[in-house]
Amino acid sequence: MDLPKNLRYTKTHEWVRLEGQRAYIGLTDFAQKELGDIVFVELPDLDAELAAGEQLGVVESVKAVADINSPLSGQVVEINEALEDSPELVNENAYDNWIAVLKLADLSEYDSLLTVEAYQKHIEG
Amino acid sequence: MIKLNLKRTPLHALQLAQNAKMVDFAGWEMPIEFAGIISEHKQVRSAAGLFDVSHMGEILISGPQAENMVQRLVTSDVKAAKNLQVTYTLMCNESGGVVDDLLVYKYTPTKFLLVVNAANAAKDLEWIKQHQLPDCEVVDLSEQYALLAIQGPKAEAILQPLCSDDLSRLKLFHFLPESSVAGEPALISRTGYTGEHGFEIYMAPQVAAHVWQELFRQGGADIAPIGLGARDTLRFEAKLPLYGQELGPDITPLEAGLAWFVNMDKSDFIGQAALRKQLSTGLKRQQVEFEMQGRGIPRTGYPVQKDGREIGYVTTGYYAPSLDKNIGLALIESAYAHPGQMIDIMVRNRSIPARIGKGLFYVPAYRRKKNKK
Repeated sequence: MDLPKNLRYTKTHEWVRLEGQRAYIGLTDFAQKELGDIVFVELPDLDAELAAGEQLGVVESVKAVADINSPLSGQVVEINEALEDSPELVNENAYDNWIAVLKLADLSEYDSLLTVEAYQKHIEG
Repeated sequence: MIKLNLKRTPLHALQLAQNAKMVDFAGWEMPIEFAGIISEHKQVRSAAGLFDVSHMGEILISGPQAENMVQRLVTSDVKAAKNLQVTYTLMCNESGGVVDDLLVYKYTPTKFLLVVNAANAAKDLEWIKQHQLPDCEVVDLSEQYALLAIQGPKAEAILQPLCSDDLSRLKLFHFLPESSVAGEPALISRTGYTGEHGFEIYMAPQVAAHVWQELFRQGGADIAPIGLGARDTLRFEAKLPLYGQELGPDITPLEAGLAWFVNMDKSDFIGQAALRKQLSTGLKRQQVEFEMQGRGIPRTGYPVQKDGREIGYVTTGYYAPSLDKNIGLALIESAYAHPGQMIDIMVRNRSIPARIGKGLFYVPAYRRKKNKK
């Protein structure tokens, strides 16, 4: 399973890549494997203000519907519209194919996210 | 978590070696997927797939009164069926709702094999015994059969070299009671639940692993194992009903669009009076096909609205892999049940427009005109 070391993670299987104040958010490789073939991605509205834990979007596989929660608080400044037509990109590469970019309100929240070691422990249960 | 005592089919270990992802299904530990639902779905449509459906129930009814007994239990005319014919039919309760949908294998007028859904097998057996006629024997043979389905345009070419009979002479919805596959005794029928050409193979559990392996050896790259996930998308895309979704104790076959499988003219069967009444007063709700017009995938149980008022619900919906569109079946008030009608599907509390249509679904291979490409 692919688990990049430069990312942070959540217990609900989102990943975060921080670039300055911008946080790229996506679904982990573990989650896409669990879900199976992804056939639908619902993106957040651009400019939406989200609090940590709020729903950022939805991914649907053939059989399952899963919420994507926002790991952090901030404003949606970019959405990956390519996923609307090609949701299967998340299966092909979960880390290249981010869902949305948040401009963070509070950088300190980032430190509370899971490290790669903690996430790995979480999924190995 | 409490470990439930799940039943396993004789192919469990072989399937784990084929990367099966297992789930609990009706008390059985069954493969939900192998390579992935969409690739498995397309494999069956384009080549061949092998399904383990050993969890299905098999109930034998025999004796001098067997035909009269089955005739009273099901909605089709099994007296009109020929020996060695298979009939898709329904058992109804007194109010016309469905106890189960099933296949009836008629050996002779004194011997019938009923193949029922795994989730209903215990309930069905009880129901059948409640309606047993004198001189009829009812035996649950579920433990004595493993069941494989080989489905897809290449199914016959793969099965034929392993089979002792000429399969080209086996007609749709007929069976060979004493055939063999890979030297193992088997009952073979030209039946399935995918919308493709194919066969179902009943055999003793002890020989199922050998048959499973020989079919993969024979089929090579043309065959792959298929899980219950793709079984559901395949049956749905071909508009075949699933008990618990399109059918249930409070849904009649008429409401579910299965009037074709209900013979109102035959001798008395359970539920017939209620269905007759429903026909004379008119159906209050009906099953419809629909296609999403906005972005969203319909799912089982999603409400259907018209002008903000609930008029029914989605029985099954999916992204249909071979049709590449989001479609569904819904049970709605009859007043709205006509092609062209716009409805709203409530997806996570938002209304997404959909259009009721006709012929939106995949036309089964065995129903296409032969000269039509």
